[in-house]
Amino acid sequence: MSEAVSSPPARTRSDFGRSVRRLLREPLGLFGLSLVLLVILGAVFADLLTQWDPTRINPRDRFLGPSAAHLLGTDQLGRDLFSRVLHGGRIALYVALVSTAISLAIGIVLGLIAGYGPRWLDNLMILLFDAMKSFPTVMLALALVTITGPSLTSVILVVILVNVPGYARIVRTQTIAIKSSEFVTAAQSMGASTARILRVHIMPNVIGPLVILASMDIPVVIAIEAGMSFLGLGVRPPTPSWGSILNDGFGQIRETPWIAIAGGLPIIIITLGFTFLGETLRDVFDPRLKGRG
Amino acid sequence: MTAAPILSVDDVQVAFPVGGLLARDAILGVAGVSFEVRPGETFALVGESGSGKTTLARAINGLQDISQGAITFEGVRIDGLGRARMKPLRRRMSMMFQDPVGSLSPRMTVGDLVTEPFRIHGHGGRNLRDEAVRLLNLVGLPADFAGRYPHQLSGGQARRVGVARAIALDPALIIADEPTAGLDVSVQGEVLNLLNELRERLGLAMVIITHNLHVVHHVADRMAVMYLGRFVEVGETGTVFAAPRHPYTAALLSANPEPDPDRARDRITLPAEVPSLMSRPSGCEFHTRCPWAQAKCAAMPPPAGDVSCHFPLSPGARPPPREDRP
Amino acid sequence: MSTLSISGLNVHFSTEAGSLHALKDVTFDVPERRIVGIVGESGCGKSTLINAILGLLSDNGEVRSGQILFEGDQDLARLSRGQMQDLRGPRIATVFQDPMGALNPVLSVGRQMINIQYRSPQSRAAKAARAVEMLKLVRIPDAESALGRYPHQFSGGMKQRIAIAMALMMEPALLIADEPTTALDATLEVTTIELLKDLQATIGCSVMFISHHLGVIAELCDDVVVMYAGEVVERGTVRDVFRAPAHPYTRRLLECDPARQSRRTRVLPTIPGEIPDLRQRPRGCVFAPRCLERHAGCDTPQVEHALAGDHRARCNLAPARSPAAVPP
Repeated sequence: MSEAVSSPPARTRSDFGRSVRRLLREPLGLFGLSLVLLVILGAVFADLLTQWDPTRINPRDRFLGPSAAHLLGTDQLGRDLFSRVLHGGRIALYVALVSTAISLAIGIVLGLIAGYGPRWLDNLMILLFDAMKSFPTVMLALALVTITGPSLTSVILVVILVNVPGYARIVRTQTIAIKSSEFVTAAQSMGASTARILRVHIMPNVIGPLVILASMDIPVVIAIEAGMSFLGLGVRPPTPSWGSILNDGFGQIRETPWIAIAGGLPIIIITLGFTFLGETLRDVFDPRLKGRG
Repeated sequence: MTAAPILSVDDVQVAFPVGGLLARDAILGVAGVSFEVRPGETFALVGESGSGKTTLARAINGLQDISQGAITFEGVRIDGLGRARMKPLRRRMSMMFQDPVGSLSPRMTVGDLVTEPFRIHGHGGRNLRDEAVRLLNLVGLPADFAGRYPHQLSGGQARRVGVARAIALDPALIIADEPTAGLDVSVQGEVLNLLNELRERLGLAMVIITHNLHVVHHVADRMAVMYLGRFVEVGETGTVFAAPRHPYTAALLSANPEPDPDRARDRITLPAEVPSLMSRPSGCEFHTRCPWAQAKCAAMPPPAGDVSCHFPLSPGARPPPREDRP
Repeated sequence: MSTLSISGLNVHFSTEAGSLHALKDVTFDVPERRIVGIVGESGCGKSTLINAILGLLSDNGEVRSGQILFEGDQDLARLSRGQMQDLRGPRIATVFQDPMGALNPVLSVGRQMINIQYRSPQSRAAKAARAVEMLKLVRIPDAESALGRYPHQFSGGMKQRIAIAMALMMEPALLIADEPTTALDATLEVTTIELLKDLQATIGCSVMFISHHLGVIAELCDDVVVMYAGEVVERGTVRDVFRAPAHPYTRRLLECDPARQSRRTRVLPTIPGEIPDLRQRPRGCVFAPRCLERHAGCDTPQVEHALAGDHRARCNLAPARSPAAVPP
């Protein structure tokens, strides 16, 4: 028997609006959101926030420490680090957004097929996912770069290969759990097609938790991009990337620590931001907590 | 009644494979049952958990393959019919599932839920919003419920939404699996009244699956009592209630606690547990629990017919005292 | 002395949309060696009541006032978490609708039944013997070998009986049984009720039996407490309440039970309407919006009127309707 507490009189206010308001009331979530917004705004308005060209070499201004003119100092080629960090944010966010979106799309489709399809197909796909997952990211990246050469595209490809198996597995597990629920049987009994059952009855119940999970994965994606660029496998110079800035400063970390700091700080900020935001999102949207109070 | 049956189930068996690759075996969830339902009639399948009543309902609805027998609906043989050829028939036959809230897709609004049959089978130019309001009206829910989600509904309201969806396409037959399960008594009455009213207004035939005998008493014209996948007694509801002839039916009827502290309770208690489908008892399958069982019962299967019992009860029969039992 | 004596209990939940008054002035006793049934429909506050007694209210719940006296001296509403933990299990045992809530699927039944006696100084063999004795008491066939089996090897009815055996093993003073037979088939339900009745007589504990099934309450219980929207609307012996229901809600609830309709009818009685929003309780009678006997007096706060014996009803009309009424 349900209780008065768990079955409140129906309200017409939307659940989504309520959740967003709750998110804004959580200090950790609000903090995370501010950090993420800080980076996004910095990347979007990079050209307004600084007049320096991130790629212009300025031999006279090499290794300048932070000052009013160069907020984060300059690097070994005399490029303004603040400008490079802001533009590097564009690269990071672009990679994160594009690769996460593609990974989600592929993961959902594969997961639905594995979860709803015949048993043998499921087994085959699970084997494939596990095989993909067992490759170390660095090896995968090296192998891919040997074929395609270092580029933004190879970074995105690596991220997709790393993310898809995990997403597909989650979708598969959820699909298997949901496909035996009564509302799916009811849809079958009404004569709904498989496509309709997947699209209307299963996908909406899978996608919410997955998107929240993906938002918590974004720091990992950014770290992959930074890591590959650090190793020279990602964005090619002179395009600014947080990873390559970090690499630039790494050699002279004793003499000119600000370069490494300029590369590392945004990675820390965005990681904290997305982690706090993702965790709060999960708490707020978690269906098990729904209907409480 | 001489009208042609709308549904006829003829010697239907449902087998479930068990065991591994080598020791393949099958157990019978439904072990050969036959009955007919006529237009406008309500037929109840009664039984306890594991009796096969839900499996039988799913088989009629084409959600479960049968291993033997035939199911004919509106003159068409529907067992083994592929999904595509079954689809047009689904307009004529709808099924309601046990869990009032759980059978509604959680991320769909009530409006979308009740009009889903139109989205599946085509709406013929009808305005779905108007249809939703019409259907909600029919089941006694206000039109503004169309915007709500299942988790915002009480059990009774969710059940009404399920009823609205079941009648959306003007079916000829509704199969209702435990329509009152999980509902408060005051709400059970509402749902049963609604089903009765719609049945009369729309001329529906219904198959109701339940373990609740009170439900059967008030809504069903005829009933069948299931035990281990077989019918042990079939008959007019009134007759069966007045004078049950199979000992199992008599035990079920006597096991209904009534809200009257002073009522004499001459209950027929069944010893032992329900046998497993993997090892069906010999002879009459009820003999292991039957208070009246005799030597013949363990040796020979009971005769076929409306009451499958070697020694049908005479009205008001009392079980022999416990000590006498073997 | 009563095993459990609840008086003036008020429980509130803080929610986004304001404070929800879930239990209002709940007062009743569970006397020693008696079975008290709590009836009511969804939303009547049964679960909140159990949680309040067990000290398991969720974080947003709070006992605002009132007492829950256990064995005369301990106020459960004021005990610390640790003290409460010591009572739950050995002194106050619980059985729920789903027996798997009490049984660990990966441990054998015997192991669990021995573990539960961890406070007892007896030897392992003596504990095992006690477990066998309890299993026999709940009529588990072949009790010795049942100790070595796992929960999934038993049927639903047997699992519930094992859960009952485990709950009663430490001979608690109070057993709280929350719809323990609801998920069982009718034939199993009646055998479980009979078993519970026998066990209660053997062990001599008090039982608080929560059910929405009026027939089960009538058969099993000595006393009954009828709840509606978080209030006790009527209480008394089962005979008084079921024979001469004094509150309109009790009368309607009894009418609705299809078992009461011995004659076949196509239109069953119902109680139209819904439980009011407990965030804004009406000043007057909480049942008034759905009551067929509504009158001007319903808009004033209702007090509990004592009728014949221990029969009480929270309806201002009750004394006038009941010939043996005692003025409050």
